[in-house]
Amino acid sequence: MKVQQISVFIENIPGRLAEVTKVLGNAGVNIRALSLADTSDFGVLRLIVDKIDRAKEVLAEHQFTVTKTDVVAVEVPDRPLGLAGILQRLDAAGVTVEYLYAFVERMGENAVIIFRFDNVDEAVKVLQGAGIEILPGERIYNL
Amino acid sequence: MIMQDFGSTVLTCTPSYSLYLAEVAAELGVDIKSFALRVGIMGAEPWSESIRAEIEDKLNIKAIDIYGLSEILGPGVAIECIEEQHGLHIWEDHFIAEIINPDTGEVLPAGEQGELVITTITKEGIPMIRYRTRDITRLITEPCRCGRTHRRLERMSGRTDDMLIIRGVNVFPSQIESVLMKIEGVEPHYQLIIDREENLDSLEVQVEVNEDTFSDAVKTLQDLASRIRKEIKELLGITCKVRLVEPKTIARSEGKAQRVIDQRVK
Ligand SMILES: [Zn+2]
Repeated sequence: MKVQQISVFIENIPGRLAEVTKVLGNAGVNIRALSLADTSDFGVLRLIVDKIDRAKEVLAEHQFTVTKTDVVAVEVPDRPLGLAGILQRLDAAGVTVEYLYAFVERMGENAVIIFRFDNVDEAVKVLQGAGIEILPGERIYNL
Repeated sequence: MIMQDFGSTVLTCTPSYSLYLAEVAAELGVDIKSFALRVGIMGAEPWSESIRAEIEDKLNIKAIDIYGLSEILGPGVAIECIEEQHGLHIWEDHFIAEIINPDTGEVLPAGEQGELVITTITKEGIPMIRYRTRDITRLITEPCRCGRTHRRLERMSGRTDDMLIIRGVNVFPSQIESVLMKIEGVEPHYQLIIDREENLDSLEVQVEVNEDTFSDAVKTLQDLASRIRKEIKELLGITCKVRLVEPKTIARSEGKAQRVIDQRVK
């Protein structure tokens, strides 16, 4: 039920982001989704890729600091309040969202939202209890 | 401004603070050059001839260098004369000054550069006998134009240890290292960048992020940076900027790492 995400530490210097994508591209890794959180000094690039182990390995070879995190992917109906409903459920159950980011499936009508929770297992239970469809990792890696 | 109201003629502070004062005055639209100030007695941090020229120009005063150390009596052990502004007369009726080779401890002939060693003659509370200052200088034995016969110390050119003076505070890199070592997961690879921003010393501590300290949550990383900043402030009393950098970006030279980059002395 969980999706594995890798995060990369990037200093705010020109060319670092390009370097990450080049390293991954040369290793034949495809990026499925990404989000960049940045501060004035550094950024954290979060990626969902098709070959996570390979990605982690090549980035580490190139001296990047990488960490793996479990996140949850949810398909959100493309209509007003689609996301609001989900967030209300989580809030009512006391589940904290650390961050989230969204992307739109190439073929589908729906948006996919990636959630990072402080307590993943609890969050999954709440979402399932509410009948919200959680996308398995395979679906995302092979989009 | 009190200086203006009282018609102060002498200003004594750190060189950087005097430039800061000049800047604030300019911002307030006050012409500090028109003050009654004649002389600035400045010390407690390393400064150069170009800074002196800048101070003299911006404040319309003569700036003279004063030397001292808290173990002896604070500022006042030696001071430049206004006539020559070159070399600090050490009050030889109160102190015996010797220059030694810091490695062997042997006393060097007059005029040679080495570590200044001071013996106090008149100090009663805590007399010091052959106190090693760690400051590197040279004794100027030639007579001075001002007529004083006390010999002069050349402007301090460095230290025999790695002590830094940042905003008048003595800082050893090892103190910063000890703060980093206390925080779990933090690498002992760090670099100190000291610079002068708006005439005040600035310290940036660069710390490498590694697998242990890295997190996908930005807040965790910011918390780490602010924890380091707070602990340094607690230990040394100075505010610094902590910059997290990518692993292996801080140069590791064989043996001794280049831990300190001081961009002030130019
Ligand atoms: Zn003199």
